Amino acid sequence: MMASSYNAKDEDGHLPGSVGSGGPGAVKSKKPDNTAFKQQRLPAWQPILTAGTVLPAFFMIGLIFIPIGIGLLVTSNNIKEFEIDYTGVDMSSPCFSCSQNYSWNSTSACTCSVPFTLDQPFESNVFMYYGLSNFYQNHRRYVKSRDDSQLNGDKSSLLNPSKECEPYRTSDKKSIAPCGAIANSLFNDTLELFYNHPNGSKITIHLEKTGIAWWTDKHVKFRNPGGNNNNLSSVFRDTSKPVNWHKPVYELDPSDPDNNGFVNEDFIVWMRTAALPTFRKLYRIIQKKKDNMTPTLPPGNYSLEVTYNYPVRSFDGRKRMILSTISWMGGKNPFLGIAYITVGSVCFFLGVVLLIIHHKYGNRNNSADIPN
Amino acid sequence: MLGIENLPKLAGPFLKTERKGPAAMIQQFEQDHGGGMAKDLAKNRRVVMPSWTEHEEIKELQKSYSRNKVRTTKYTFLSFIPKNLFEQLHRFANLYFIFLAALNFVPIVNAFQPEISIIPIVFVMSITAVKDLWEDQRRRKSDQKVNNRLCDVYDRKQKRYVERRWAEVCVGDLVRLCCNEIIPADMVLLHSSDPNGVCHIETANLDGETNLKQRQVVRDLPQGSEFVPENYSSHIECENPNNDLRRFRGFMEHPGKVRVGLHSENLLLRSCTVRNTETVIGIVVYAGHETKAMQNNSGPRYKRSKLERRLNMDVLWCVILLLLMCLIAAVGHGFWLSGLQNPIYMIPDDTHPALAAFYMFWTMIIVLQVLIPISLYVSIEIVKLGQIYFIQNDLDLYNPVLDTGVQCRALNITEDLGQIQFLFSDKTGTLTENRMLFRRCTVAGTEYPHHENGPFTSKHTPLILWECAVVPDPQLQAKLNTLSSAMRSPPRQQAAEISHILDFFLALTVCNTVVVSSPTQPRHVSPTTPSGTPSYTPSTPVTPALSSGAWSEDVDDIQKAKVNSADESESDDEDEAEELLYEAESPDEAALVQAAKAYGCTLLGRSPEQVLVVVPGTGPLSIPLLHVLPFHSARKRMSVVVRHPLTGEVVVYTKGADNVIMELAEADGNLGRRIVMERTQRNLDQYAREGLRTLCVAKKVLEEQEYEAWLKRHEYAETSIENREELLLESAERLETNLTLLGATGIVDRLQEEVPETIEALQEAGIKVWVLTGDKQETAINIAFACKLLRPTDHILMANCDSKETCEARLHELQHEIRQVTKEGVSEDDSSDCVLVIDGRTLDYTLQKELQGSFLELTCCCRSVICCRSTPLQKSQVVRLVRDKLKVMTLAIGDGANDVSMIQMADVGIGISGQEGMQAVMSSDFAISRFKFLRKLILVHGHWCYTRLANMILYFFYKNVMYVNLLFWYQFFCGFSGSTMTNSWVLIFFNLLFTSVPPIIYGVLDKDVSGETLLDLPDLYKSGQNSQAYLPSTFWMNILDAFYQSLVCFFIPYFAYTGSDIGVFSFGSPINGSALLIILLHQLIESRTVTWIHTAILLFSALFYYAFVLLFSLTCVTCNSPTNPLGIETKMMSDPLYYLVCGLTTVLALLPRYYTLEQCHRRLSAQDYSTSLRQWKENKAAQRLSSRHVPQNLSVNADMPHLTDCIAEAGAVLS
Repeated sequence: MMASSYNAKDEDGHLPGSVGSGGPGAVKSKKPDNTAFKQQRLPAWQPILTAGTVLPAFFMIGLIFIPIGIGLLVTSNNIKEFEIDYTGVDMSSPCFSCSQNYSWNSTSACTCSVPFTLDQPFESNVFMYYGLSNFYQNHRRYVKSRDDSQLNGDKSSLLNPSKECEPYRTSDKKSIAPCGAIANSLFNDTLELFYNHPNGSKITIHLEKTGIAWWTDKHVKFRNPGGNNNNLSSVFRDTSKPVNWHKPVYELDPSDPDNNGFVNEDFIVWMRTAALPTFRKLYRIIQKKKDNMTPTLPPGNYSLEVTYNYPVRSFDGRKRMILSTISWMGGKNPFLGIAYITVGSVCFFLGVVLLIIHHKYGNRNNSADIPN
Repeated sequence: MLGIENLPKLAGPFLKTERKGPAAMIQQFEQDHGGGMAKDLAKNRRVVMPSWTEHEEIKELQKSYSRNKVRTTKYTFLSFIPKNLFEQLHRFANLYFIFLAALNFVPIVNAFQPEISIIPIVFVMSITAVKDLWEDQRRRKSDQKVNNRLCDVYDRKQKRYVERRWAEVCVGDLVRLCCNEIIPADMVLLHSSDPNGVCHIETANLDGETNLKQRQVVRDLPQGSEFVPENYSSHIECENPNNDLRRFRGFMEHPGKVRVGLHSENLLLRSCTVRNTETVIGIVVYAGHETKAMQNNSGPRYKRSKLERRLNMDVLWCVILLLLMCLIAAVGHGFWLSGLQNPIYMIPDDTHPALAAFYMFWTMIIVLQVLIPISLYVSIEIVKLGQIYFIQNDLDLYNPVLDTGVQCRALNITEDLGQIQFLFSDKTGTLTENRMLFRRCTVAGTEYPHHENGPFTSKHTPLILWECAVVPDPQLQAKLNTLSSAMRSPPRQQAAEISHILDFFLALTVCNTVVVSSPTQPRHVSPTTPSGTPSYTPSTPVTPALSSGAWSEDVDDIQKAKVNSADESESDDEDEAEELLYEAESPDEAALVQAAKAYGCTLLGRSPEQVLVVVPGTGPLSIPLLHVLPFHSARKRMSVVVRHPLTGEVVVYTKGADNVIMELAEADGNLGRRIVMERTQRNLDQYAREGLRTLCVAKKVLEEQEYEAWLKRHEYAETSIENREELLLESAERLETNLTLLGATGIVDRLQEEVPETIEALQEAGIKVWVLTGDKQETAINIAFACKLLRPTDHILMANCDSKETCEARLHELQHEIRQVTKEGVSEDDSSDCVLVIDGRTLDYTLQKELQGSFLELTCCCRSVICCRSTPLQKSQVVRLVRDKLKVMTLAIGDGANDVSMIQMADVGIGISGQEGMQAVMSSDFAISRFKFLRKLILVHGHWCYTRLANMILYFFYKNVMYVNLLFWYQFFCGFSGSTMTNSWVLIFFNLLFTSVPPIIYGVLDKDVSGETLLDLPDLYKSGQNSQAYLPSTFWMNILDAFYQSLVCFFIPYFAYTGSDIGVFSFGSPINGSALLIILLHQLIESRTVTWIHTAILLFSALFYYAFVLLFSLTCVTCNSPTNPLGIETKMMSDPLYYLVCGLTTVLALLPRYYTLEQCHRRLSAQDYSTSLRQWKENKAAQRLSSRHVPQNLSVNADMPHLTDCIAEAGAVLS
């Protein structure tokens, strides 16, 4: 990259004449030490840019970045992704009626079924996300509105949550568990997926509820109070459910007793607030079939059954369901590949331009011997 | 009782300075020693009695005086925290920080947890505190060392001297000191082993002067071989402690109510060294902090550098930028809020959007606070300490002779050294050695050129060698020899001349204040003298006058001298005489005595009553010294009144400035005398043109009655209380009339080594060098030629005017002249060839308001300006005029007290330590020991310090803007809610810890150009003068670059992760990671030298960051809510995408700087180097050419014929 002119000088420099302090008694000489450090003669590498060293640098960057970019682009293109908006803004949308009468407190569930078609088969594990748009989970006060020690199972915090949770700290003079705005606004739509077999039958696709949260979150950060006490209802006895919730925290997953309380994975995923106002969150995983012959999701007609609870119309939000396969680089995103190719090309181009300049005019500069 | 009306009378003895024994002893009126005395006295003066005194009140009083323990530390163990805190709160930056921290405690606007926002201020303040503590600790250590020194103090109980620590000495203690011991406190000298009651001290520790100063025992104390402390019971009254080193007033009252005045000659100052005296005993009058040495210690000075003033401007810009960004965020937040209808992610809040926007403004100030680089101030201080460390440790600036390096007294203007545009230099002692060498003399109108005293070419002649290197002029020597070889009477006319010559040398020998000592042994350590003979011979046949035994060791010398002269071997005599060492307060005097010695007129010794000399042909002679009329700046001369040893007449010998003596010397219509005077005047003019310092010597023979008459009035003057100074002056003037001119001497003050080279280099570096001197015009011009300030081809513009009108006219005339000159020489290089020489009186006119403008205009066209005959006040006025009117960086360098005002006025003041005391050094910012060190100090260290600091500051701005903008961009995606995507600890530490050390290392160690190159190509210095490293444009370029980099650093991760399930803090992880890489690699690109230290620090910073975040994300389970980092970094860094994002971001962010800036910069600088190198080589060649062609070029100066000589002379003498 850069020319290294090694600028080492011999250690034992000149020795000035003897110190002529004629005073009696050994007066310590104030003569500075003749060390490379103190005399600022440390061997130094001087990054001097000359055409001869800049050029290879540019070509190198070009040569490395372009293949990476191509690799990334190919990987990204191989990822299958399907996205469907089920907010129900349009009158034609199946969920339109549900979206109109939104309320956190409505007891009767509103359901709607959204049909869709997959043109291509989805191989291997398919990740099912719900996506929200225009939802500012990163708002400063929203992000703060939680109590990590309560979620970690701390008993005192359970009954006396942090002030940050206000105004979702207590209700009916009982502390809310889990407290705070994040927990309160937990995404509570239920999504189910059915495959409409060409023969007319409607096959339920098995959606895996666990394994969607980070391992550290599930096992370290989030813990139920009372340790291994299975009787969660008694643990949470003195607490109240968040105001927007229909069920208390220990009944979030009736099918799996281990997926309840603070360690409920849907809850954990929600609690990791999204960085950007348009985000997706992992909802379920569709495991690939045991026999490797058929794809996880063959092409065909599907329908998404939505239990429509979560109101987003008030803030122009959107709700989406996303199906995506996944690669080593995560989800589908052609940006990085394109960016790599672009930067690589630019570098390569600059290299060529420099080469031409150097060839035409550069020789003169090389003759400039820099005294050093 | 001593009332207020008695005070003037009491002041009497304080004003007195007695010299003559009995005459000076004046009986004072009786005074009541009643109980109130001590109390009353305590207000105005102090009373000192031996510490065992039984006088209770005085005992009490004495206890209240400061003890000898010194404490220069600022803090004690207890006072450190409150005092330091208080001092730090005086800084504006710290207040800002505290304001922010306090703001964070307001719930409605807080951005982080309150405790986190305290970290920066605590960090910065504790770093400063540690720095202060460290400095204080160093002071404490040196204090301890000083306090624990030992000295002998008389203990009454044990009736002997016991060893005590300095700290335990208190006022009233009797202290005994031996030769070469350091004086522990200010003491009044009570006894000296010297039979004359004198002792010598070396004040090198105090003012750097290495010559000996004589101190005298208080008069009328019983002098003998033994001093019995028990018998001493007098009490001393003296003025309260003050910092005037040269003044001490007081009196000593013996039990018999006899008072003797005390003056500075009786005072031994703390930290001086006793020399040449076996033992002395003194009583402590001032101890510890009340000593004059401590009162003069003012500590380091604080100035604000030009760069710092610029920096403060840019900090203001940053504030504006910050306010702008906060405003954008606030307005954005308001609009964002007003478009919302109670979404579920909003915490229910009734705040009106406008109010919320207002709150948001303050929140954003907290979030973006890092934009104001507060740690920058601490970093700058640390960097400057580092720079000073390296300046002080530079071997090239170390003077092995004096064992001193550079002293950096001002700690915070190192970078100003790199921006100097005008240099004002003193001449004597700065450009020259201020070590005088006798070069020529004229006696009775005959000039003796002393050709053998040729130029000294060797640069490192040891001082002692050339001090003795007066080679007698053969002609003069021959004439003198006629005197010594045979006492037969020579031809009449010649006899007159010879007696003239003899008088001349006698005057040189006698009329001075030189102290004689032998270099091999102190004068009074005598018991084992090599001669082995009993040296104490009260009465020797040769010196009957010395019956009192005043000469002990000297008698030995005399005997030897006598033996030698008996052997009539001149050379032996010289060998013997060479052992004598002359120490004088003025170097001229020593040079003259040396010169006289070369002719056989040897000064052997001096006591207050007589002078012992050897005159050719006579052997040792004792000359009774009747009076000494010391040098006075108003009279510009000194005189001695002696009784001539041969004729027995009372003779006055006077020595002084030529113009004064010439006025006083009277021709009296005597033709011979007039001829002598005319010839002498001609010779004097010649000497001046050669750059010699001239002195005239004259004598006057007094009739006995005349003397008696004068003596009476003189004694009256000596004893008078009021107007004593004036009366003495008048008395001296009465005596110094009707003088007979004996001759004149020419003394050369050698140029210091490498002065021409240094001045040449500084001028090449674009620094305008002005010389401000008190010397005569001719001398100044000649020195200017000698040190290459003036070139033979230069056009010299003289300005000597008597009135304001002529001055104005002359200035216009000169401007016209310059225009003509420049027209003619357009083809030559741009630097003008005009040099203005202006004298003191004209300078006075030009410094007046009306003429300032045209004067400055004129000087701007000149390459250099030489001001002669200028006073200290004028010097500082000139500096101020140039500094304020031209808005340039000025540097003043000088060595004497007369340069102090100039040094203090200039932006950078440099003192030269050495000959003329320490006042210049005390008031300077940097102190060096030779002028030549200025070259490396300015051209290399100045350049380095400036570019280093400028680059570091720019980098700091860049770093902060770059990092803060990342947070700002995020606001567009979080509803301007003041949210951050970074863990708050990392956010705070990012600037304080992870990226703070590399810029400091960079600021201390980076070298844009090697020192050798900077010395070879002074042109490179111009970049600092023009502030090229830190222009507003470079500042804004850096800010723009920071904006670009932050955009890249934010939006590449943004687009890479948009739409995905990335969490807030996971999103921040690659952004932080790449920001760190960008910032560190940016540093690497900016560095011109990379040593292992740089590498280690860069690696350390990167590793520190990663270690911190990884450890944090592994261990922090519930901590730091709500920005809990658990698992984030580990998760992100196990994802290949993280590295891909970081790689792309880093490369793309640094690409423009790497490509455009670096490429252009390097290419430009490479071209610069090559062109300036070529220029340099050409210059060298041209110089060689021009120096060879001097004679031809001289025709240019045809209008000033006398210069032709001196140029040739200057070339010959000082090449």
